Amino acid sequence: MRDVAVIGIGCTKFGELWDKSFRTLFIEAGEMAISDAGLSGDQIDEIFIGNMSAGRFVGQEHVGALIADYSGLATNNIPATRVEAACASGGLAFRQAFTSVASGMADIVVAAGAEKMNDVGTEETTDVLAAAADREWEGIAGVTFPGLYAMIARDYMNKYGLTREQLAAVAVKNHDNGLHNPIAQFPTKITIEGVMSSSLVADPIRLLDCSPVTDGAAAVILCPLERAHEFTDTPIQVLASTQASATIALHDRQDISTLDATVAAGNRAFKMSGLERSDIDFVEVHDCFTIAELCAIEDLGFCKKGEAGKLTEEGETARHGKIPVNTSGGLKSCGHPVGATGVKQIYEVVLQLRGEAGKRQIDAEIGMTHNVGGTGATVVCNILGRA
Amino acid sequence: MSVPRFWREQQNRYNLIGTHCTTCNTYYYPPRILCPKCRREGKVVEHQFKGTGTVVTYSIIRSASDQFNDLTPYVIAIIELDEGTRLTSQVICEIDEMYIGMPVKRVFRRLGEDGESGPIFYGTKFVPA
Repeated sequence: MRDVAVIGIGCTKFGELWDKSFRTLFIEAGEMAISDAGLSGDQIDEIFIGNMSAGRFVGQEHVGALIADYSGLATNNIPATRVEAACASGGLAFRQAFTSVASGMADIVVAAGAEKMNDVGTEETTDVLAAAADREWEGIAGVTFPGLYAMIARDYMNKYGLTREQLAAVAVKNHDNGLHNPIAQFPTKITIEGVMSSSLVADPIRLLDCSPVTDGAAAVILCPLERAHEFTDTPIQVLASTQASATIALHDRQDISTLDATVAAGNRAFKMSGLERSDIDFVEVHDCFTIAELCAIEDLGFCKKGEAGKLTEEGETARHGKIPVNTSGGLKSCGHPVGATGVKQIYEVVLQLRGEAGKRQIDAEIGMTHNVGGTGATVVCNILGRA
Repeated sequence: MSVPRFWREQQNRYNLIGTHCTTCNTYYYPPRILCPKCRREGKVVEHQFKGTGTVVTYSIIRSASDQFNDLTPYVIAIIELDEGTRLTSQVICEIDEMYIGMPVKRVFRRLGEDGESGPIFYGTKFVPA
């Protein structure tokens, strides 16, 4: 297997982007990444695009070909593949691109993710997202995504005595980070009281515990490490890229508030990279709801089960804490265009490792990403470091 | 959900019929035709569940998709049946009554409908036992 590096990155603004179509978003992110790498389009061998539900959101399938066409790469007839694993689609696209380069099948590969969610209404969006769970045996009962994570939160609070304030502290911290991220959908300061008094969506989850509905796209370019210096002075090496599955339905997990796939993908990433938890300087985790960030920190092994709430409350996951989590603002403040999120996490880690993260810059040499599909039926983890 | 897609599982949904792997003595609801523990060595037969269990965790849905919006707020729960398997269902009760560990039993209820002119779906929900 060859060593692989990220040589270019791009990401659109995240938000309600009424004037931008699905394909426009992708092209914008792709062009940024290609310019960043100083490539010509003709040098690209292959594209992987993460997308959860263009079929439902914009009535468009066959997304790989569409993207290749509008990128001007259909004339080169390069392979373009859409991959899907609900909200982990972006992470999966990155891992497929990594595998393609590492195996020697291709040299210059684009990993992208895009989602256009705002062209349908909120109730339709709720239904589309519910398809990430088991439609026939969870969805049919009327369970929503906030409802599933609310059941995780209730179980967790019952087992570990997590307080509502500790849960709110996750959202407050992520908004503090998003405040300094120019692409963030909600670069707004919020307070514990504000979270606690926001409307209930699915008890105990309130509106400000939830990531928003977002349009956006992100793209990164991968190549063999040995060629990286042809394109950039600051290549970022992919030290691990792993994936794991667990049961599709939340009710079939042995422990409701442990994401087995996070544990498995995390352990595999540490094994693959040969690194320890203490080697990781910061991590971008999948905080689709505040409770999800706490589970992620624990299931990745950064603290014991039941301790992440206290860790957050004490500021240890803030930018200058022991283990900074979601310097980008996370899904919560930066936004969550479901298929793009996994690639945006890579974008943030690369910015931080290059020292290009502006006001939210931290001192870091190694960063990790954690991208979840559904309630944890798919998890993708990546570890990246300065080459 | 289309009529054939619902009809296919109708008996399971109406009567809480799942499956039982006699090789490893594990019960499945929702039904599985392949035992994930024994795979090809498993012998899976139909099983009628008693219909009693306890609440493992729950939430109150305040914001739902089109199909369920008229029902809000409603209780959704993960229920562990006495036979040991778990499922997701609505619990019909006062919101304040809910607690983890609450004993529940199955009832036959309307699950939803497919638009104003589409089919009405029936199946199993739970009430406090």
